[in-house]
Amino acid sequence: MSHVKQITKGLWERNPILVLGIGLCPTLAVTTSVINALWMTLATTFVLICSNILVSCIKNIVPSHIRIPIFITIIASFVIIVELTLKAFQPDVYKSLGIFIPLIVVNCMILGRAEEFASRNAIIPSILDGLGMGLGFGLTLFILALFRETLGANKLFGYTLIPGMKPASIMIIAPGAFFTLGLMLWAMNAIKARRKG
Amino acid sequence: MEIKVLFTILLSTILINNYVLSQMLGLCPFLGVSKKLDSALGMGLAVIFVMTMASFFTFLIYKYILLPHQITYLRTIAFILVIASLVQLVEMTIEKVSPPLYHALGIFLPLITTNCAVLGVAVLNIETGFATAEMGIIKTIVQGVGAGIGFTIALLLMAGIRERLELADIPDNLKGLPISFVVAGLLAIAFLGFSGMKI
Repeated sequence: MSHVKQITKGLWERNPILVLGIGLCPTLAVTTSVINALWMTLATTFVLICSNILVSCIKNIVPSHIRIPIFITIIASFVIIVELTLKAFQPDVYKSLGIFIPLIVVNCMILGRAEEFASRNAIIPSILDGLGMGLGFGLTLFILALFRETLGANKLFGYTLIPGMKPASIMIIAPGAFFTLGLMLWAMNAIKARRKG
Repeated sequence: MEIKVLFTILLSTILINNYVLSQMLGLCPFLGVSKKLDSALGMGLAVIFVMTMASFFTFLIYKYILLPHQITYLRTIAFILVIASLVQLVEMTIEKVSPPLYHALGIFLPLITTNCAVLGVAVLNIETGFATAEMGIIKTIVQGVGAGIGFTIALLLMAGIRERLELADIPDNLKGLPISFVVAGLLAIAFLGFSGMKI
């Protein structure tokens, strides 16, 4: 598989959220604004790439029966790095993402890539795979947040869109998140079906 | 007075701040294991058990190891390791003590490690300040039990609806995951009704 393919597969055909259905909790919870979605993507992609690199480096010396605890420890260490960095330099972001920063550890996408890809491939493909998956994750989050912030808060990147209009606040809370993702998956299925037929 | 506080915590974790439907934690098992009612019940029971145990042990570790040595920044790594080993331990114990229960819960236990609601309740216990509050240990356990029960209720509701959905006439592209999300959204709206509740 070529290097370009390694990156682009995460965007559409193996998109972690829309196709594989993993990493749903942060997807729905942090997409209340585009800024939050972008920071979440940045944090998750950083952890994903770093853990992919490290897992790929040590893949030959890890005994296979204890590999999962080792992977989780590696991921957790990078999450702590992200957590402390955000706390020190971006306290507002740290506050608004809240509990979902430590919960990057249990994002199945990261453990899944470590187990499925990085533990079987060399370093360069692992970096590209992490980048691609992170981009796919980020793209989905961005689209979701775009709809939710525009409709639910009448804002985009924090700026008010139409002054004086009352937003549909249900989009910004939990039900709106479920509906938006449900409709996105529907659209995705429809596009796929049309391409096939 | 104390009883009233505990009741408030229990009610708010089960209904008002339901972990799945209003805080959006633990969505992977919520959508993955909600196809059949009996397996949903098994998963729910396993989660209640693990959440209670995890709340208890992470509380002890935070209060008596991390806090006195001022290494609270290691919270995430400590908690996830505790939860992973706890799940393993619970699995082995149940297998030895009660094979029928193991067969009922067995396949769900390994899945719980990556259930973010379990790590979520452990972290939230600390963030709400239970570690330094008086009677913190009891509040922690109550919050753990409540979170588990809330998860189970949401899972059972979802499984019941999805069993009926199998018979419904749904557009092809909407079948499976998309319609489940729409159903979850409607359930979340229903649970919004509790949010104005005053205790």
